[in-house]
Amino acid sequence: MYEFDWSSIPGALPFLWDGMKVTLVITFQAVLIGIVWGTLLAMMRLSPIKALSWFAAGYVNLFRAVPLVMVLLWFFLIVPEFVGQLFNIPRGTDMRLSSAMAGFALFESAYYSEIIRAGIQSVPKGQISAASALGMNYGQAMRLVVLPQAFRNMVPLLLTQGIILFQDTSLVYVSALADFFGAAYKVGDRDGRLVEMLLFAGVVYFVICFSASQLVKRLQKKYSTA
Amino acid sequence: MNYQWNWGVFLQPSASGDDTYLGWMFAGFKMTIGLSLSAWVIALLLGALVGVLRTVPNKVLAGFATAYVEMFRNVPLLVQLFIWYFVLPELLPTSIGDAYKQTNPVMQQFLASMVCLGLFTSARVAEQVRAGINSLPRGQKNAGLALGFTLPQTYRFVMLPMAFRLVVPPLTSEFLNIFKNSAVCSTIGLLELAAQGRQLVDYTAQPFESFIAVTLSYIIINVTVMTLMHKFERRISVPGYIGGK
Repeated sequence: MYEFDWSSIPGALPFLWDGMKVTLVITFQAVLIGIVWGTLLAMMRLSPIKALSWFAAGYVNLFRAVPLVMVLLWFFLIVPEFVGQLFNIPRGTDMRLSSAMAGFALFESAYYSEIIRAGIQSVPKGQISAASALGMNYGQAMRLVVLPQAFRNMVPLLLTQGIILFQDTSLVYVSALADFFGAAYKVGDRDGRLVEMLLFAGVVYFVICFSASQLVKRLQKKYSTA
Repeated sequence: MNYQWNWGVFLQPSASGDDTYLGWMFAGFKMTIGLSLSAWVIALLLGALVGVLRTVPNKVLAGFATAYVEMFRNVPLLVQLFIWYFVLPELLPTSIGDAYKQTNPVMQQFLASMVCLGLFTSARVAEQVRAGINSLPRGQKNAGLALGFTLPQTYRFVMLPMAFRLVVPPLTSEFLNIFKNSAVCSTIGLLELAAQGRQLVDYTAQPFESFIAVTLSYIIINVTVMTLMHKFERRISVPGYIGGK
């Protein structure tokens, strides 16, 4: 039978924490940009201007048809080269973190925009009519009347998507960027303790995601009774 | 930016000599399809079972099913895959573990990927099945029991035939996800589409063509599955429901 040896974990904690910071930075910026850009996409999709609505539909469907791994590979292997030549960034500059952030933000926007679109569509039509009756234009009606109500209904879904995103950040492994999982893998590989480190990483992810999803559930109950 | 486009690269003989680069892509395509479909079978069978267990009155069974779903939903797919591939063979009794490590490496990668994707997706399928069962009017279960059916009979003859038809549309998106998630298996060296794409970049030095071809392949899979499932959904939709005939 396998003999467990957990002794490499305590010494590796600072390194793992650095990795966790990378994971959290990618997650939070992707959630923020995803919600802002996703809201814009959702509004474009629902707008009466055909060109905008087609652009948004094309964007969302493209990103939802392609695996995240593939999007990340584009952003790690091809986009840096392109951007580097465009802005004269010296070759060999480490752009992995910024590539990962851009890739996740653009990819997640497509998913956020679908959640937000459903949220906007769940607001009764009369609200828009009432807003225009009060003399508001489309932008004002969205910003002051529709979106505040839509977001209130969407909060649990947006947070759940954030938890999924937190898990998905582990895929930056394809660029060998040391996020929390990458750091755990590196330590395990170095010490010949891959078994322990992978199990440890699994437990850490489980504890964080399980607690977060329980919190979201509680929040959901509170919101739905209000 | 001066990039030399060369789509003809796909017809050149590959580095291994006995194939073209297009042949490599096609091999990856077949691997993605084969892996996703076999994982989907596992996901459907286990997911249906666990989903039903989550709704039964027996606390032990329902508790087990809840733990199952929470476990697979709260650990990233990549971590699960690495645990199946790197950790599990070590934890098996030595003789079985060693015998496993002697088998064909491609087989090991495929098995780990299939089981991992299958179980990961089964937790999601279970949630949809549970939602489908819970969406049935309460009267259906009571009517079944009042007619003298036992609880298993009520599930078998009254609730499940309805619930399974209702969950097909949400399962379509899980079915699409399994093809996309299969790209994660490139990380353990399984030569499916995404991995072939990376390999093409290395060997042909034509990164744009390689990635565009692989990305298009995923889009083709996605559109095909959506079209087929849409037809299937129309056939089995329940009359009288929104979306029904």
